[in-house]
Amino acid sequence: MSLELKNISLAVEGHLHIYQSNLKLEKATMNVLLGPTLSGKTTLMRIMAGLEKPSSGQIIWNGKDITNCRLQDRDVAMVYQQFINYPTLSVYENIASPLRVMNKNKHEIEIAVKKAAEILKISPYLDRKPIELSGGQQQRCALARALVKGAGLVLLDEPLANLDYKLREELREEIPKIFERSGAIFVYATTEPEEALLLGGNTAALFEGRIRQFGKTSQVYRNPKDIITADVFSNPPMNFLKFRKKYKKLTFEDGISHTETDHLSNLSDGDYIAGFRANHLDLTRKRAAQIKFSVRVNHTEITGSETFIHMNYTGEKWIGLVKGVHNLDQAANIPVYLDLAHIYIFAEEGNLELSAFYATKVK
Amino acid sequence: MKKTRNQKAWFMVLPVLILVAFSAIIPLMTVVNYSVQDTFGNNNFFWVGLEWFEEILASDRVHDALGRQVTFTAIILAIEVPLGIFIALHMPKKSGFWSSLCLVLLALPLLIPWNVVGTIWQIFGRIDIGLLGYTLDKMGINYNYTQNALDAWITIIIMDVWHWTSLVVLLSYAGLRSIPGPYYQAAKIDQASRWAVFRHIELPKMKGVLLIAILLRFMDSFMIYTEPFVVTGGGPGNATTFLSIDLVKMAIGQFDLGPAAAFSLIYFLVILLVSWAFYTVMMNMDKEADV
Repeated sequence: MSLELKNISLAVEGHLHIYQSNLKLEKATMNVLLGPTLSGKTTLMRIMAGLEKPSSGQIIWNGKDITNCRLQDRDVAMVYQQFINYPTLSVYENIASPLRVMNKNKHEIEIAVKKAAEILKISPYLDRKPIELSGGQQQRCALARALVKGAGLVLLDEPLANLDYKLREELREEIPKIFERSGAIFVYATTEPEEALLLGGNTAALFEGRIRQFGKTSQVYRNPKDIITADVFSNPPMNFLKFRKKYKKLTFEDGISHTETDHLSNLSDGDYIAGFRANHLDLTRKRAAQIKFSVRVNHTEITGSETFIHMNYTGEKWIGLVKGVHNLDQAANIPVYLDLAHIYIFAEEGNLELSAFYATKVK
Repeated sequence: MKKTRNQKAWFMVLPVLILVAFSAIIPLMTVVNYSVQDTFGNNNFFWVGLEWFEEILASDRVHDALGRQVTFTAIILAIEVPLGIFIALHMPKKSGFWSSLCLVLLALPLLIPWNVVGTIWQIFGRIDIGLLGYTLDKMGINYNYTQNALDAWITIIIMDVWHWTSLVVLLSYAGLRSIPGPYYQAAKIDQASRWAVFRHIELPKMKGVLLIAILLRFMDSFMIYTEPFVVTGGGPGNATTFLSIDLVKMAIGQFDLGPAAAFSLIYFLVILLVSWAFYTVMMNMDKEADV
């Protein structure tokens, strides 16, 4: 089983919503579409589902071109951000509805529905109407409906976005397990980098209608191939700073120069953009190799055990994420420390020149 | 927490009470007053108790008018509600030029004053100068709403359908438009039939506005006066004398103030009762369906 998008693009009224994209999804894999809102995740899913016809390109399913195939003849199930169930039907009937369309007999339906309800832990509510369930249970009902269908392609469009934090965590853990056994291809759209990392599998980073990078989730996270992918895959957003390399010296925007570390020796002289993630910034020098930057605090957000520090470094907005509670005065000038092993180096036009040194060490 | 007691708050509702008193309670009490008294002129009134009510309730004339009224309202609802839903379902789904055009065209009849609607159809149906009447007559169809009771009924019903179906359409359309797109997509992926989409997605989502549409149409058609008055004047004979036309005849034509007042009160109570019963039944159905 495989799904391949070949040079798919979609234009609506002259505007390109999806730029020419290629994607190959394999059997029994979890594939995350990661991108901010309006990056084209839902549109791409609608194309995969057959709800939208691409303006160009082909969709290949198991080696067969299904671009012009009717929706009815496709092997697809989909779950949405909104909890979508038939309001007049009981939970049982909701789950049974795709099977009824397939003309399964009564006995088969009962077994399948009960099993799906059990897996999704909604067995006690089979007689209820969707409206009498909590949000989480409503989404479980929708998931059960998708599960029972046994489709080869399961599309999950931000299924947890409308749930509160606890329910989201609970379901996020369950979803990959639930569908794993079915051997289907999963596509899961989300705006949150953490969600992609927790789900694992493969990730396609999307931005403004383009697939920037597709690969193993951890690979994409550690080795983003350009600034946009790195930014899409960082929460809080990645911090950037410009620097110039000349004669083994790195000169940053504040005018201070540092001697290069070993892994930077292959970088030719020139102007670059360095990027690093919020958690790699420290308020105190933890290792001798860390270099110091002077920044101005804009404001701090304390989440209990961690502190987000919004700061300004020679005009660049940075966000630092440090352990512990730090009450820093607004507009205070403080030193922050960064290890050069944690910086990604991008060429000025945006492509990755050199991955962060630490990332190459992790397997 | 201790509740603050402050009787001065009652003064805040006083303006509303005064307003309601003048707009509703005082006129209504005048009617109640007339309904339990009789007069022989010179502003001398005598207490007659429930005599007028008994007379009205036993009156064949009122029974006949009520029968006609119920028949008319039933026909109107049976035509306008399904037709309205049907049209709403076939309106353009995306907002744009076409949906705007449809909405404007549909809203037009609603903007025409009732007596003008009556006049339009009165002339439209005339066999000497009206387009409809003349055409039918020339086609050899015997149509004359001033002489034939059935023709009069058909004319009034078509006129009401023309005038008021738009209201059902607009309300249903608003209900339909509020259904999020993913519902339809989910149904499509589930391969649900058109009927299933209507029965299990569209109808439940339209239920609230449909309830209002039916209530409005019931009350309005049950109180219909102007249009049939202008078109047929209640005739031929008494064929289209609905309750309100009969009431006006009694009150102003014959100047039987006592019985007319009793009639008004009964009329009012019937509408209130039916509306309440309808609303309660619908709401209970909702609850039962949910349990």
